[in-house]
Amino acid sequence: MGGSDQKCGCGNSNEFVTLQLKVPENGDGCQKVCDRSVRVSKHYIVGSIQTRASDIPQISTQLGWKDYLGAFRVRWGIRRNSYRVNPGLYAIGTPNERSDVLVTANYKLSFDTVRKNLHGLNVWLLVLDTKGINVWCSAGKGTFGTKELVNRIRLSFLDTVVQHKRIILPQLSAVGVAAHLVKESSGFTVVYGPVRASDIQSFVNAGYKATKEMRLVHFDWYDRLRLVPNDIIYNLRYLMSLFVVISVLSGINTHGYSLQQALINVIPIAKIIAAGYFAGLVFTPLLLPFIPTQNFSFKGLIIGVVISAFLFLTHSLGGNLLVKLAAIFFISGFSSFLAMNFTGASTFTSLAGVKKEMRIAVPIQIVSAVIAAILIVLNSTLSGR
Amino acid sequence: MCVKVCPHEVFEMIQKKVHIVGRDFCMECGACKMNCPQGAILLDVGEGCGCAAGIIKGALNGTAPTCGGSDESACCN
Repeated sequence: MGGSDQKCGCGNSNEFVTLQLKVPENGDGCQKVCDRSVRVSKHYIVGSIQTRASDIPQISTQLGWKDYLGAFRVRWGIRRNSYRVNPGLYAIGTPNERSDVLVTANYKLSFDTVRKNLHGLNVWLLVLDTKGINVWCSAGKGTFGTKELVNRIRLSFLDTVVQHKRIILPQLSAVGVAAHLVKESSGFTVVYGPVRASDIQSFVNAGYKATKEMRLVHFDWYDRLRLVPNDIIYNLRYLMSLFVVISVLSGINTHGYSLQQALINVIPIAKIIAAGYFAGLVFTPLLLPFIPTQNFSFKGLIIGVVISAFLFLTHSLGGNLLVKLAAIFFISGFSSFLAMNFTGASTFTSLAGVKKEMRIAVPIQIVSAVIAAILIVLNSTLSGR
Repeated sequence: MCVKVCPHEVFEMIQKKVHIVGRDFCMECGACKMNCPQGAILLDVGEGCGCAAGIIKGALNGTAPTCGGSDESACCN
């Protein structure tokens, strides 16, 4: 596949369907066959629909075990960046030139979420190249944007596939798409559909009208729960680094260094780090609306204090008083830091708000860590070990 | 348009004029600004979103908040 094929919308991928472009040359040298020959068809492609422009792959609205397994593994952050589908036009059911056109991102989780909600419909699905990122995030980055939308419309010869000039976009793509500019450049009118794919059918049945609720984004416990596994895996780097560094340093005593001492401390240290980890990454997100204070960092701090107080009172923290106090400061600070990083996964934090929060929270986190360190050093020195 | 695209009901149309009724709910996503043909909305926050990890990454690289990576497919979430 050469460069000119790329320009004509023929991708360089190994998921193909045989397509034959029947349209005449359109001026930029793309006059014919995108030779995307099929060797292995994707499991979600179940046929093809013939149009004036080309044969469009027809996709299933039924999710199978491969899709559920894929969704599960990317929620744990496993090979998330390659979970994509090829951009381009797809058919659901048996659409014709009067059927609606829906648009989505090429993150496979987005693709699956949309198509499973279109059962029984005959529509076109235009998938944009958002580099495998979901609708809202890619819109924020600009990849699900005016330029890509206009380009993809052109590359799929959409104006020959449908008679009308209406395309339905997910509402959250509005962050990257300027509807009036899309109309200017492509002739297509953007209609912003609901936030959630599950409302698409109701939206269309109501004559492309959305209820207030369809246009609102929330962050309920189930939304928050689904984000936890990925965060647990992603933040292991912090967990591991801290574990190694603190364990190694725990071997230092007034006589120099004792590996044996470090090894003895490994389990208590692991427990303390894990406590902070779960406080910030699991308890804080799940209990989010119930924790006092507005900021994620402070909520994380509170949960960290609560968890460490619990451990303290149940005699689960090892060592003498100085060590226990150090643990409390560490757990609280670590929990605050991890909770602060959850802001990116949330649906309502703003840049200005988070920056403001960080100006206070990060110093607090650093101070907690420093106090914990000082207490430990003090302990080692005083006990003469 | 702004009323339609806002995910947190910040705007309300009252007698053909749009009012900001939920200023505190604004997350500065920019959908309203992007879709106002008249350009009536000012959102002056610079690049980035409400993600502490992205802000930290940007700060460490000496740039604006970023998701990291060399292309637009980077995502730490």
